[in-house]
Amino acid sequence: MHQVEIATTQESLLDNPEMILNMGPQHPSTHGVLRVVLKLDGETVIDLDCDIGYLHRGMEKIAENRQYTMIAPYWDRLDYIAAVSNGLVWVETVEQMMRLAVPPRAHYLRTILTELNRIASHLLWLATHALDIGAVTVLLWALREREEILKVFERQFGARLTCHAWRVGGMPNDAYDDFDEDVRRIVKNFPMRLDEYETVLSENRIWLSRTVGVGVISADEAIAIGLSGPALRGSGVGWDVRKARPYAAYADMDFEIPLGENGDTFDRYLVRMAEMRQSLRIVKQALDNLPDGPVSAKLPKVVKPPVGDYYHSIEGPKGEIGCYLVSDGSAQPYRVRVRPPSLINLQALRQMCIGHLVADVVAIIGTLDIVLGEIDR
Amino acid sequence: MTLAFLGPINVIDQLLRWLGLAPQTIDYVVWPLIQIAVVVPLVTLWVAYATYLERKISAFMQARLGPMRVGPWGLLQPIADGLKLLTKEDFIPEKADRWIFFFAPYIAVAAAFIVFSVVPFGPDWGVITDLNIGLLFVIAVSSVGVLALILAGWSSNSKYALLGGLRSSAQMVSYEVSMGLALIGGLMFARTLSLSGIVAAQGSDSIWFVVYQPLGFLIFLISGIAENNRAPFDLPEAESELVAGFHTEYSGFRWSLFFMAEYAAMVVVSAVATTLYLGGWYFPLVHRLDGAGWWHNAFVIVSVLVFLTKLALILYLYFWLRWTLPRFRYDQLMDIGWKWLIPASLINIVLTAVNVFLVQWIGSWEWHGIKTVESVSAGLNLTATGKIIMVLLGLAGLIITGGALSLINWRSRDFHLKSQRRNIRLVDLPQGKPAVAPVATTEG
Repeated sequence: MHQVEIATTQESLLDNPEMILNMGPQHPSTHGVLRVVLKLDGETVIDLDCDIGYLHRGMEKIAENRQYTMIAPYWDRLDYIAAVSNGLVWVETVEQMMRLAVPPRAHYLRTILTELNRIASHLLWLATHALDIGAVTVLLWALREREEILKVFERQFGARLTCHAWRVGGMPNDAYDDFDEDVRRIVKNFPMRLDEYETVLSENRIWLSRTVGVGVISADEAIAIGLSGPALRGSGVGWDVRKARPYAAYADMDFEIPLGENGDTFDRYLVRMAEMRQSLRIVKQALDNLPDGPVSAKLPKVVKPPVGDYYHSIEGPKGEIGCYLVSDGSAQPYRVRVRPPSLINLQALRQMCIGHLVADVVAIIGTLDIVLGEIDR
Repeated sequence: MTLAFLGPINVIDQLLRWLGLAPQTIDYVVWPLIQIAVVVPLVTLWVAYATYLERKISAFMQARLGPMRVGPWGLLQPIADGLKLLTKEDFIPEKADRWIFFFAPYIAVAAAFIVFSVVPFGPDWGVITDLNIGLLFVIAVSSVGVLALILAGWSSNSKYALLGGLRSSAQMVSYEVSMGLALIGGLMFARTLSLSGIVAAQGSDSIWFVVYQPLGFLIFLISGIAENNRAPFDLPEAESELVAGFHTEYSGFRWSLFFMAEYAAMVVVSAVATTLYLGGWYFPLVHRLDGAGWWHNAFVIVSVLVFLTKLALILYLYFWLRWTLPRFRYDQLMDIGWKWLIPASLINIVLTAVNVFLVQWIGSWEWHGIKTVESVSAGLNLTATGKIIMVLLGLAGLIITGGALSLINWRSRDFHLKSQRRNIRLVDLPQGKPAVAPVATTEG
């Protein structure tokens, strides 16, 4: 990553008007322990450098010393906002290496719950993004809606945030009794709430002036950097793993992908808002067509994928979460590598921020929707 | 100050005379001191409860309860907060400029509190001192508050605080201009700078100046909010960018002094807005209470309540905006100040002057015996016809100003924001080869 030159002596500071501002790792708006070193001219950003690694826990190394079934809970702690999606990429990778046939009911439930998780994650993004730009009330409104989803998670998985949702081969248990009713209530009530948020933000002049034309990234640049998820689609690139390489039950679902045009913060905001509506559509379809049957495949006592390597990715709320797995035929993986969407999306930060003001930097960090647990691993 | 007719208060007066104090000393030294002794704790308490109100109102907007634990409905929360802040360590960063760091919060509080000495809470003894340059005094003293912010930002020796201090100086200086200019319109009707005089002018004319001066009132409110560093203009302390802006390094009681200064300044701006535009303590029919002895005191008390109610409504507007709107960016804030509010306030001055002249001129025709001006002794008193003409001219002024401002800002980026935003497309992407291709189940 690009290195910002830091003036060290008093004279050099007086000679040039540039100032180095150290933002983070304890800054309220860097979404965790991200440290951004800003080089400022007045309040204009002329250069910046990200310093990451404050939350490094050595996930990939830990995985080398655990059995395949034991790794899934660690994966929940990558992107702790979207634990359900993260868990899914791990179990699906292992299942596909072992060529396990997961029962369709499990696939459908996985689809429902990961989409709910996408909504929960986007809601938290909306909350913090709005907070960064100064709209405090949206924070609590969004968390109120997220709470409904977390209640479903709590009843289904026994945990709200780091829900160890999946097992290799399916699910630990079937949907709880009122699952259908609870999820349908969310599907019914949520669009109203979304409309409410859009009234507060989408037509708000201040919101527009803070987001339109801020942090623009063109489609070509976005592809070159390797952006994925809403950050890529905001620039108008039609790429979504759910469509491109359907996993779980997405092949049976009818849904559309929202695409932006300008590639600015406002477009990414709209894309995420529209994605939440599409997620509801998927959840509703999956609920309507939920097949009966078992929720887990029969599994050997010790999971041992055949020798070889495999890459699988899913569309997480923040982008493409990939998992590259090398197996030596033993009960523990030889090497695991995560493709972290937040880390790769963060690479666009410098390009997006230069020339903008300090206030825009927090807006842009917000719009990239990063989670440090996943960046640092 | 003549206080002789206050029955119950007379006792104290006589006591003081018995102690051998000269009547002048009593009227001009002792009584003001007593009033200050009453007003300062009251204002402090009120400022504390403004935080309580803000928390309750924000809770109401955000579907939560707000403080509920300390006392019934959390009513003792502000007191608990104050005590907590008092007992905290008085921490001064090592690299800070100690003395400036030490004194900046006091300047902020003093600047905000001194203004209360001229605020006319009510008639007669409801006002501590009636300066004949009251309004100028308010503006002059409240602008000293900027100094505290700059000093705090500079002495903290922290970059965030410095940026916050610089932002606040730029912001408050620019918005003070439009705020001061907006007041001139109202003064043309009041023809006095004394705050009590302004209220009296509205009382004798039986009208609130907001009716004549809708534009001036709007400009004053917006600049007032910006002047107080409140959302959506709370850039000096923008917590998401600058952590806490100029008071990043402050903690404990010194921090709470800044907080108190902010709320006190809000109350001051609301008080000035109430006085100049909303008739101050004047309210229809209340003056009928006035009479001899106790009736007079009752009248003053009701008037004070009227004043406080109006003030609370403006304060509610502050809270409402803060919890609804996102924050402006620094350059946008300057745009609004220099490209919208200052031109608008200048246009307002010209238009108001023209209006006042026009109404008098129409009256001078004596066409069909139409009279527009009753007297100009205590402010500009208009007849009913005059009032209607003035109100219509004021509304026309809104349109004229809107047009002029659109012309000025036509080429700026933010003027055509709506057309710059794009709608998203919903695309049904082609489906690829499924990733899930299981062929066999391994045996158990």
